[in-house]
Amino acid sequence: MKQPPLPSVSSAPLKELEALAKRVRRHIIEMTAAAGSGHPGGSLSCVEILVALYCRVLRHDAHNPAWPDRDRFILSKGHAAPAHYAVLAECGYLPLEELTSLRKLGSRLQGHSVAGSPPGVEMTSGSLGMGLSFSLGQALAAHLDGRSYRVYCLLSDGDLNEGQTWEAAMACAHYRADNLTAIVDYNRIQNDGFSDYSRYQDSSRPQRVGGWVGPEGHTVNIMGLQPLAEKWRAFGWQVLEADGHDLGALIAALEKAQAVEGRPTLIIAHTVKGKGVSFMENNPAFHGKAPTPEQAQQALAELA
Amino acid sequence: MTSQARAATREALGPTLVRLTREGLDIVVVDADLGSSTTARDFGKVFPDRFITVGVAEQNMVNVAAGLAAAGKTVFISTFAVFAPGRCFDQLRLGIAQPGLNVKLVGSHSGIITGEDGPSAQAIDDLALMLSLSGFRVLVPADVVEAEQAIEAAARTDGPFYIRCVRPKIPVIYDQDYRFQLGKAHLLRPGKDVTVMAIGVMVFAALEAAELLAQERIDCRVLNVCSLKPLDEEAVLAAARETGGIVTAEDHLVHGGLGSLIAQTVARHQPVPLAFVGMQDQYATSGRWDELLKHYGLTPEKIAEAARDVISRKGG
Repeated sequence: MKQPPLPSVSSAPLKELEALAKRVRRHIIEMTAAAGSGHPGGSLSCVEILVALYCRVLRHDAHNPAWPDRDRFILSKGHAAPAHYAVLAECGYLPLEELTSLRKLGSRLQGHSVAGSPPGVEMTSGSLGMGLSFSLGQALAAHLDGRSYRVYCLLSDGDLNEGQTWEAAMACAHYRADNLTAIVDYNRIQNDGFSDYSRYQDSSRPQRVGGWVGPEGHTVNIMGLQPLAEKWRAFGWQVLEADGHDLGALIAALEKAQAVEGRPTLIIAHTVKGKGVSFMENNPAFHGKAPTPEQAQQALAELA
Repeated sequence: MTSQARAATREALGPTLVRLTREGLDIVVVDADLGSSTTARDFGKVFPDRFITVGVAEQNMVNVAAGLAAAGKTVFISTFAVFAPGRCFDQLRLGIAQPGLNVKLVGSHSGIITGEDGPSAQAIDDLALMLSLSGFRVLVPADVVEAEQAIEAAARTDGPFYIRCVRPKIPVIYDQDYRFQLGKAHLLRPGKDVTVMAIGVMVFAALEAAELLAQERIDCRVLNVCSLKPLDEEAVLAAARETGGIVTAEDHLVHGGLGSLIAQTVARHQPVPLAFVGMQDQYATSGRWDELLKHYGLTPEKIAEAARDVISRKGG
């Protein structure tokens, strides 16, 4: 089907989008540092996914956030709200100066996503596992109303621990929701530590059945998700994989997802938690902890 | 006003949704494999494209409904009250209540009168859960006539609703001239000596209790408090002021439901002696619904006893 014109899709070269991604990372550091709390790790890991969506894929209009035919972006991993706010601000949904009001009394920028605050945020989230169900509701509504908008849902490792996500995965395939694309920000780290062994640095340690607590205090092998692609294929989805920090690869996968008929698409975006800041990369400690002022300075120097 | 006719309040759901959709409402039903019990399936027969099945997956049901509501639909979801709110409270809180979405939950099998299926199917804490969710309006119809009107009021009023229905065929109290009003209690019987405030199946029991009390020349007021939230505080406080004592009657835990709500309202503005008829701190068992009501003391006799107790405690 021929799509309507795309108000906000940028034709900017990838170099410019890469520069934008770096600015978004700086915003995330400044926002969480100013708030003194928040989730920098999982915000930094999904920056390219958000930039690819908002700058090249989604039909959206910052000046008309309630446009009925807009593509929907659903942030299931609501703790990555800082990354979403930063991208929305770069797209013109809110002033850039507002970003550092994150988590403060009176701010529109709540600690986890709240629908409509600011306009552009589609769903209230922050309790994992609900986003894919909501996305299916939106995708079904598009069919009922004869609208051609598409729905994109961003999931985390933790989202995939929740049984509800698999209820929704079954239902999305059952309804042949080919207007729905889910993306997993597959950084393999969650609140307490490593989801399996693949990013745990001390691979010389004997692997044990079930989760265990390592000497650094992180939990290892919390709930292994592999074989991840096979799971989703078995549920009836088209599965694509991409380097989650490669804008070109992400855009190609997102475009390929639009072409499939009769099935929803899952894109496994292989990412690094805390991407772009040396001491946050692959470090579970920064899942839910803000940088200190000194750490923020160092991070911003690395992101200069 | 009373009649011998009997009907289950859940039977109002399917037919009412069919009528309202024919009248032009943009209703969608999401169903978790109990549509034959909740009667939502009757809607699916007539409007197959508006009937979405998700299987036995109540959490998914709630957030799929949220997505549809966010796209402008009036969404009804229904299952046994033990499963929703019981199994999906977080989804109802974050998915529906906090964003204030236009989703109506009908708990079709509530209270111990669900009967033979036993305690796993008997929701006696659903009102405690739903009354705690800010933004949800909570309605407990006393019969099938009121159930139809409560469902219509919910469908025509934007925002989240919980409507508590029952499985067995309970007495029909109202005739077709009755008009349910959101936020209003309905005075079924005037009285000066004491008030019984009741919901659901206990409304008919309250009327019978008032008859028993009348034989002792006790003049008992009976209020049907179908609209638990918003609550008709004016009618509640007038009853406290004018009759000086209140008995609440509900097929639900005495904690967290009608009794707690009335106690808090009265304590704040017009303290009077109170008594609470309902399930004490325990779960029930399998049994025929009328036998269960007797076994657990949810009877006209127990309501009358509580009324005498309240009257004896009234101040000079």
